[in-house]
Amino acid sequence: MTSPAWQRRRTAAGQLWREFRTNRGGLIGLGVLVAIVVLAVLAPLITDEGGLDVITATGSPLEPPSGEYWLGTDVDGRSVLLLTFWGARVSLLVGFAATILSVFIGTLVGIVAAHFRGWPSAVLLRITDFFLVLPSLVLAIALSSVLTKGIWTIVLAVGVTSWPATARLVRAQTLTIESRPYIERATALGGGHGHIIGKHVLPAVLPLVLANTTLVVGSSIIAESTLSFLGLGDPTVVSWGSMLQTALSSGSVTAGAWWYLLPPGLAIVVIVLSFTLVGRALETVLNPRLKAGR
Amino acid sequence: MTSTTDGHLAADLDERRAGTSTPRFVAGKVGGALASLVLVVVLGFLLFRMIPGDPVATMTRDRPTSPEQLALLRERLGVDKPMWQQFLDYFGGLFQGDLGTSYMYSRPVADMIGERLGPTLLLVGTATVLAVLLGMWLGIRAAWKRDSAFDRVQTGVALTLWSVPQFWLGLLLLIATQGLFPSRGMRSPDVPEGFVAQSLDVAWHLTLPCVTLLAVIYAQYMLVMRSSLLEEMGSEYLTTARAKGLRDDLVRRRHAVPNALLPAVTLVFLQFGMVVSGTITVEAVFSWPGLGLLTYEALRGPDLPLLQGVFLVLAGSVIVMNLLAELLYRVLDPRVRAS
Repeated sequence: MTSPAWQRRRTAAGQLWREFRTNRGGLIGLGVLVAIVVLAVLAPLITDEGGLDVITATGSPLEPPSGEYWLGTDVDGRSVLLLTFWGARVSLLVGFAATILSVFIGTLVGIVAAHFRGWPSAVLLRITDFFLVLPSLVLAIALSSVLTKGIWTIVLAVGVTSWPATARLVRAQTLTIESRPYIERATALGGGHGHIIGKHVLPAVLPLVLANTTLVVGSSIIAESTLSFLGLGDPTVVSWGSMLQTALSSGSVTAGAWWYLLPPGLAIVVIVLSFTLVGRALETVLNPRLKAGR
Repeated sequence: MTSTTDGHLAADLDERRAGTSTPRFVAGKVGGALASLVLVVVLGFLLFRMIPGDPVATMTRDRPTSPEQLALLRERLGVDKPMWQQFLDYFGGLFQGDLGTSYMYSRPVADMIGERLGPTLLLVGTATVLAVLLGMWLGIRAAWKRDSAFDRVQTGVALTLWSVPQFWLGLLLLIATQGLFPSRGMRSPDVPEGFVAQSLDVAWHLTLPCVTLLAVIYAQYMLVMRSSLLEEMGSEYLTTARAKGLRDDLVRRRHAVPNALLPAVTLVFLQFGMVVSGTITVEAVFSWPGLGLLTYEALRGPDLPLLQGVFLVLAGSVIVMNLLAELLYRVLDPRVRAS
């Protein structure tokens, strides 16, 4: 990996990081995200999973915050702090997995629609526009209502409904890059589709895709919590959305149990806001027009 | 969702450059929308009739049923016919306003949707009007005093609201206003007859759902209005207006704002898809008896014909709204009208 191209890319990445560091919002967001991810991964080591079980729950239902239960207890007497802690794992898992699926489909469709001419690309573009217009939540609800309930159904439902924006973005970027002379040179030297896409288009499109990805994770997490809230999530797994659903359906909200409502919601807001901040910072760094204009 | 708008504006720009004549433009857009509607119908059939498999097996899961009863039920639901025949029946039924029969309520889906349309329109309409007014007003202030404390606070609040799940905001409002507003439904049973008393009662019930929906959608209007006005602010005609000796306030109101209004106006229609998604969760939280709550209730079953009907209505209306946005853009933009 010491070819000149890779050296150049490494320098570019270093430059990117230096510029990213000057963006305070992005840096805060990144810090918060790293902390949350580390805590979520370490959850089985630093907490007792037994506390999630309804049968072995030690508290009484809906206790307000106290020395023993810092954030009170839920309707089944489980610690809200513990539930929120473990809920982060589901939200992050679904958020990342759905994003990977969505960005993969979006990038593939975007590049293919831009690189190849003729009717296949016209049809692809038409389909993209069709799905772009449809409200993705309505489509995701439809998908997850007809499939077996579970985490991977949610991933699928969110992933296959949120790709059109990425596809549009990637297509526009691919068109810009393919109009440059060095692509023409590569074609003239006998480079095939695979070579042009893999060696020239993809590396140039990826930074933009990265910035877009961070924004998609945020909206995927919101979509996951919304679907769980509507009762479409995995009933055996605690997630922030399902906690809020229980809070409403068990009457805890009308009973005024604010400690049951605040932690999962705030967790969603903090995590999504962090992803948004990082995404916007990346966009500013990567998009020269934004940099010079503001 | 910002990119949705961007994508459309970009597409509009393409067409403007192409300089197509108005009848051809309208025909193209209407044709595209019709094709999308057909796609929605096919997608609805695929999602709710083909993927789930045999609905009769699901419905009779917990009860002992004889093969004769199963066959009778299949015949009554029309699921004993081959798939293509089912699709033709379903497609033909749509033209007669027949959306099938609900499994759970054994009532025509079209009737059930018709009953719920009014409350949803009331909620969505009120929230949209208020969101447009509030968003534009704040956006204009923020852009005019760019980089001021007001601008930064407004953008920050909009970004935060962007990260808030709608249903959680609704739940927060419920708990924060404990008892001040009704927590569910659209009417109280003990309100006296008479238009004024009834309307006041509905308005009282409408407050919380409306505020929740408003909080989430106004931010888009604000951000678009802000960036649109910012683009106008460097323009030379504003310098001219100032040189004439016009007060700052008049320069803004008479010269800058009318030119910046266009994107915000079309956004009303383009954003409809997001508003529709919002109503589903907001109505579920406040038990507002509209299409969103109907969706939520249908999910319990799942009542597939009902879900299918709601899906067709929601997706179809979003497509129609987008068509309106594209046509309206052409009518409103003088640069396009002139060509």
